[in-house]
Amino acid sequence: MAAAGAGPLHAEPPRRKRGWNWREIGLAALLLAPNLALLVVFTYRPLVDNIRLSFYNWNISSPRMRFVGLGNYVEWFTSSDSWTIMANTVIFTVAAVAGSMVLGLALALLLDQKLFGRGAVRSLVFAPYVISGAAIGVAFQFVFDPNFGLIQDLLDKVGVTAPNFYQNSGWALFMVTATYIWKNLGYVFVIYLAALQGRRKDLDEASEIDGTSPTRHFFRVVLPQLRPTTFFLSVTVLLSSFQVFDIIQAMTQGGPLGIGTTTIVFQVYQETFVNSRAGYGATVATIMFTIVLVITLIQVRLQDGNDA
Amino acid sequence: MKVIGYLGLALVVAMILVPVYFIVVTSLKTQPDIYSDPLTWIPNPLQPGNYSYVMETVNFGTYLRNSIIITVILTVVQVALGVMSAYAFAFLRFPFRNALFLVVVAALMVPNQITIISNYALVASLGWRNTFVGIIVPLAGVAFGAFLMRNHFLSLPKEIMEAARMDGTSFLRTLWRVVLPMSWPTVVAFTLITLVNEWNQYLWPFLIADTDVVTPLPVGLTRLQQNEGLTNWGPVMAGTVLTTVPILIVYLILQKRMIKGLTAGAVKG
Repeated sequence: MAAAGAGPLHAEPPRRKRGWNWREIGLAALLLAPNLALLVVFTYRPLVDNIRLSFYNWNISSPRMRFVGLGNYVEWFTSSDSWTIMANTVIFTVAAVAGSMVLGLALALLLDQKLFGRGAVRSLVFAPYVISGAAIGVAFQFVFDPNFGLIQDLLDKVGVTAPNFYQNSGWALFMVTATYIWKNLGYVFVIYLAALQGRRKDLDEASEIDGTSPTRHFFRVVLPQLRPTTFFLSVTVLLSSFQVFDIIQAMTQGGPLGIGTTTIVFQVYQETFVNSRAGYGATVATIMFTIVLVITLIQVRLQDGNDA
Repeated sequence: MKVIGYLGLALVVAMILVPVYFIVVTSLKTQPDIYSDPLTWIPNPLQPGNYSYVMETVNFGTYLRNSIIITVILTVVQVALGVMSAYAFAFLRFPFRNALFLVVVAALMVPNQITIISNYALVASLGWRNTFVGIIVPLAGVAFGAFLMRNHFLSLPKEIMEAARMDGTSFLRTLWRVVLPMSWPTVVAFTLITLVNEWNQYLWPFLIADTDVVTPLPVGLTRLQQNEGLTNWGPVMAGTVLTTVPILIVYLILQKRMIKGLTAGAVKG
């Protein structure tokens, strides 16, 4: 075995023949083994194990398991809670994607102009993206506090009574979505800005000479050039908002009224660790992974289409 | 036109800074001052009591220490594993290279949230709950970083690697003297991504750490909020500020590189 660092590794000239160089294989094994072992044990094993667990009734803190076949799946697909939770997930995800992309693009267009201080604003807008979602969730729970928060005070000043963000499911979902967008806007904005700055300037000049209106120029000339970026961002933001846990845990713990802001990720946690139904939790996790897989496969398909 | 631009700019700045100001100011208020309607914009009196409360009674010092331990170890381990894997995939010839690379990259598709159930059962059966080992080991595998580094390594000029090969330079020498000196910007980007992700890691430590001994800041913060929130926002806001300040300091110093690193996935090779 070639010990890393000891002895010349490539002492002979590289062989162009079919044969493998055993020292090279040994070194590769040594370099890859720890990472592969970690990924196999803590990523792939649980992925497969999840499927097995989804056929059982099981409390995570006890060794006793009862086989129930497809029972958990039947329960999930026939329970009305599941559909509320799926609706929450879809509303949250779609609003998060649409909101952060429209605002991010608007911001990028604004800061693409030569304005004084735009560098500082760029850094400022990106800052929330590096902050912990849990911390932002905690802070914004207070910002949205219906009695002593910032939002109710500002609304009060313009004569509007603030909705009860804590007790009303719809407004609670709005609160969580707005907070998520506040945190992630900077990411979308920075990537759109980079794409905008790489666009073809000669087309801008052509529009100017032709006297094309700015709106028409944006939709006909700028937006089509941003298509690959828009596609990339919509998938990335979709997958990351689909997986949000920390903000929901910090702000609403899935409530109000039980499942007011529970998304599918939150349901995995809730069933497994709060309701002590780990088998059912594994079922939800398996369904969730299937959705992630489908989204990813569609992305790869469309991506290949785009590149061709 | 310019006027509208600056108005937009002002609006954006307000959208970010007004909530931040509100949070920081609340952390410096006394309790009656927080629970006043309409709210007070300038605290009267201004006092640091909430900070001493969370440092002394709620163990924020311990949370901070734990966050540093977990983040530093995970960052060092992940960067090392990522560079090692990338080196093998980019420069070495061995059987099943493409298949194994796929195994590493496909792990990107598996969200942590899906693996928690089985991993929790495993970690609990090993007796690793409430230990640093239990928090760190399951999070230590690297997919994205290995991918990022490999793509960078493949972009390095082939001649240099050939020369090293001809001279019979050992692996460690090649890595230190040839490959890494041409790769620092990518290594730094990778390091910063890992640093931010691990500092903000929530769900896994939240499940594994029940006691303050190993609890990192974000988990400690939500625990404080569950105990005191709604009725005592002052200390909770002080805790929020303490949780975010360390990473914001790093961001303030390295913002250009950090923005580049955290958006690295978007750059198509």
